[in-house]
Amino acid sequence: MLLIPCPHCGPRAEIEFSYGGEAHIARPEEPDELTDQEWSDYVFMRRNPKGVVLERWVHAHGCRRWFNAARDTVTYEILAIYPMGQNPPELPEPRYL
Amino acid sequence: MPQSFRLPEGGLIDRARSLRFTFDGRSFDGHPGDTLASALLANGVHLVARSFKYHRPRGIFSAGAEEPNALVQLGEDPRTDPNQRATQVELFDGLSAKAQHCWPSLEVDFNQVTSLASRLIPSGFYYKTFMWPSWKYFEGPIRRAAGLGKAPRLPDPDRYDKCFAHCDVLVVGGGPAGLAAALAAGRTGARVILVEQDNRLGGSLLSAPETQIEGAPSADWVREAEAELATLPEVKVLKRTTCFAYYDHNLLGLLEKVTDHYAPYDRPAELPRQRMWRVRAGHVILATGAIERPLVFRDNDRPGIMLASAASSYLNRWAVKPGSRAVVFTNNEGGYRAALDLKSRGVDLAAVIDLQLAAEGPLSRRARDEGIPIKTGYAVTGTSGHLRLKKVFVAPLDGAGKRVFGGGEPIEADLLVSSGGWNPTVHLFCQSKGTLEWDDSLACFRPDASMQRNQAVVGAANGTFGLSSVLVEAHAAALAAADAAGFSTGGEASTAPTSVEERDFLPMREIYLVPSIKPLGQGGKHFVDQQHDVTAADLLLAMREGYRSIEHVKRYTTTGMATDQGKTSNVAAIGIVAEHLGKTVPEVGVTTFRPPYTAVTFGAFAGRDVDDFLDPERTTPMHAWHRAHGAAFEDVGQWKRAWYYPQAGEDMAAAVNREVKAARDSVGILDASTLGKIEIRGPDAGVFLDRIYTNVFSTLKVGRARYGLMLKEDGMVFDDGVTTRLAEDRYLMTTTTGGAANVMSWLEEWLQTEWPDLKVYLTSVTEQWATMTISGPNARALLAELTELDLSTDSFPHMSMAEGEVAGVKARIFRISFTGELSYEINVPSRYGLAVWQALIRVGQKYAITPYGTEAMHVLRAEKGFIIVGQETDGSVTPLDLGMNWIVSKKKDFLGRRSLSRPDMLKADRKQLVGLLTEDGREVLPEGAQLVESNHDIRPPIPMVGHVTSSYWSPNCGQSIALALVKGGRDRMGERLYAALPDRTISCTVTEPLFFDKTGERLHG
Repeated sequence: MLLIPCPHCGPRAEIEFSYGGEAHIARPEEPDELTDQEWSDYVFMRRNPKGVVLERWVHAHGCRRWFNAARDTVTYEILAIYPMGQNPPELPEPRYL
Repeated sequence: MPQSFRLPEGGLIDRARSLRFTFDGRSFDGHPGDTLASALLANGVHLVARSFKYHRPRGIFSAGAEEPNALVQLGEDPRTDPNQRATQVELFDGLSAKAQHCWPSLEVDFNQVTSLASRLIPSGFYYKTFMWPSWKYFEGPIRRAAGLGKAPRLPDPDRYDKCFAHCDVLVVGGGPAGLAAALAAGRTGARVILVEQDNRLGGSLLSAPETQIEGAPSADWVREAEAELATLPEVKVLKRTTCFAYYDHNLLGLLEKVTDHYAPYDRPAELPRQRMWRVRAGHVILATGAIERPLVFRDNDRPGIMLASAASSYLNRWAVKPGSRAVVFTNNEGGYRAALDLKSRGVDLAAVIDLQLAAEGPLSRRARDEGIPIKTGYAVTGTSGHLRLKKVFVAPLDGAGKRVFGGGEPIEADLLVSSGGWNPTVHLFCQSKGTLEWDDSLACFRPDASMQRNQAVVGAANGTFGLSSVLVEAHAAALAAADAAGFSTGGEASTAPTSVEERDFLPMREIYLVPSIKPLGQGGKHFVDQQHDVTAADLLLAMREGYRSIEHVKRYTTTGMATDQGKTSNVAAIGIVAEHLGKTVPEVGVTTFRPPYTAVTFGAFAGRDVDDFLDPERTTPMHAWHRAHGAAFEDVGQWKRAWYYPQAGEDMAAAVNREVKAARDSVGILDASTLGKIEIRGPDAGVFLDRIYTNVFSTLKVGRARYGLMLKEDGMVFDDGVTTRLAEDRYLMTTTTGGAANVMSWLEEWLQTEWPDLKVYLTSVTEQWATMTISGPNARALLAELTELDLSTDSFPHMSMAEGEVAGVKARIFRISFTGELSYEINVPSRYGLAVWQALIRVGQKYAITPYGTEAMHVLRAEKGFIIVGQETDGSVTPLDLGMNWIVSKKKDFLGRRSLSRPDMLKADRKQLVGLLTEDGREVLPEGAQLVESNHDIRPPIPMVGHVTSSYWSPNCGQSIALALVKGGRDRMGERLYAALPDRTISCTVTEPLFFDKTGERLHG
């Protein structure tokens, strides 16, 4: 079980959180101007990389605040936590590569 | 009964006390300090089990957690534990154990016929053979013939606790490495937890009394280390505690056996039986040691055959002679350690059979000097003896190690010990996703890259085998961990204990499959996985059948998949596969290690979360009334909802019919408190709701209510409910009972992540309000008797809200309807819920008010064709599919809108909501039934055109009614469809999804 550093409550066990999927997928401002393909990419398509993922979490059984996290899908290490709406920080190369 | 194989002196047992125990009904004596296995061996008992598939006689094979054979059933129902390793069961007075899986007795097991027929039942035999008409007819008897112990049938009477702990350094394993690490870290003041599965600290040192540490016998060092650890206030030592799992971010699961080792009459009542610890460790030091690898030779599974190191343990730790006349079979120098131990403790040593072409190490030299007969370049080609080993057959081996010469020379022996090298115990390291590398010089897999921060593997677990190096490595790792955790490591704490370096099992000759005089699989068996009865021939069969990946070979043959997870068999299996495929061992690779390391009883996982504590129950303020009036309850989410209220002599159908009629004929009352309620407040609340719902809420007038539908971005219906505008900046949203929490989270998500600019605040108020719905033609008359409010349609129309007093309690009254009748939803603060409910019931007597439950509510709404999200919808249904285009705004954007114009959403053959009437109106369709177009001359595949989502007997319609999702359903009005049931079909006609009061007059009544 991950130990997730909630930016508001401190480190807490994963069971207190809900997962929000990939981060930085903005809702299109003008959905009507998108092709079907572009819209379905927004709705359905997500990356599944080996290495760093940028993803969203919510401290559902705590402060109920959303935040972004950078996590390594190999080690499950959480490399950074940053607020919604912010760009991800610079991250080092994964150490297992 | 005398313990005739107990040595006259030595061992870590308390000879002053005797413990009486029974095995398979026979009584024996042992001593405190014994395991069940050592006590049985002391009494000359080797035969303890029958094997999983072939029912072969099996004995005690090891002296620890790796035991594949000596699994016993402990205790009596309900306090019985199956598959307990006799090698790890601590002896107590009155212990009772039974052999598992044999009939009529351990000595005479009729199912051994499977062994005679074994050539006919290789891996995969059952699945290949019992295919017609279906495996399910054969599965029961076959599973009964195979198997291990029996689960208890009665509820577990014992108590289990869960504990949570944090520490700076968690040390797993209390052998030399673990002790050195715990001492070094503990002396710095760091919080240390040391975990040892055994009841004693010392690990391998317990079986090697001659070992010296710091210039003294290692037993002294262990005693002093334990004493010192006890003085360190931040150090906790957990014995009888197995670290069974290594989860992410250094969370480890421990199982502490608290009272299992007490005699039943001595068990302290205040203590739990076991404790499940979850430890979040800053740093983890794995000092889990190594497990010896047996050699795979023909008929290597007889009672009397065991690991060489196990023999040393029984001799040294428990002062037990595991046999009278022994043969040692080894491929490495370490086997001579057992030979020397056996000889010095008075066991007649027949020979050392060594696969190596020459033995030139210090131990073999000593063995030779002591006159032990040694045959190098020899192999054990087979064994004989039914219930106990009688003879060992040996023959010279060719240079390649692929075949033997001659017919095999017999050696009389009742003990055969084998050593095939050592495997670091990497289970926990691998569970933590660490990768392994094959070390050619050690011929074993050892830890390579760690995937967890703050983790170290030390000692034999790391492939470090010399005791001196082990102590240095463990000490250094512990200091590094303590330092990183912020504890000063200066001063005298920084020297490691000293010892003598002995890497005594090298060199080694790697032969994973020892040849015999006959081809593999003929005249005997080479067992690889003894617990699952997987032989080398099975592995080769799997490869002949085309399996190449070790993961596939494992699953096909089930090697390594028994309760021991292949602790003594995995590397041999990999080695045999590699030899056969002409690959190297690392090319074949390892299978995945998963928790638990050793089995954990379910009770420990459950802890105290059993019975009433299993899952929270939510009840409404009127729950006591429902109970008192005989309601049957149904679970909706965690809520207990009144389902129906049977009166004397009524079954469910009769009760529901009465309730449904009453709500249409006079007035019914429903407890609707469980509906989710969310207050949405702020200047942008209207804009926000416009984006969330398919229809417009910003234009809703204060005091008016509107039904809304919510979609996910994929366009699928997610929730529905009525939202009322309480004030200019304030709305009250209702949600489905089960969806309330999800809707709240959904709203919060959008506000926080996508629209943080909106000034909107959300508050869940579900539990703050008690809600009761009165529904029926007399609803207005009833309510008028309890309130001053003007209830006329002009001042209080359908889909509006009024505030006033009901039965003297401030209330919000919503005129909304889920039954199609004139309805009022009365909301009062929760604490007044029961009082107002009782007032309505009291005053309602003159209208024969009838409480109705959720089942009647379902029938009433189905008569009107109102959907229930989660019943008519399943996450693949759009508003268009439901025929609810009227609620989908064309003037604004909302979540999911763009998806509704995707081509797939517009297909004419999408499943659409329709009604169904059965040809014979008395027949009620089963919910979930599949619908087909024809009931005659049908051959598979038969196209399914839809399914029934809701189906009830409707007393108001006088016939059964159903809702269904049918492909292109709206164009099928009047069409005949058939519900396909296992034994028959029911014919029905497609109709509008509306069965009662089609003009909606009653609603506005």
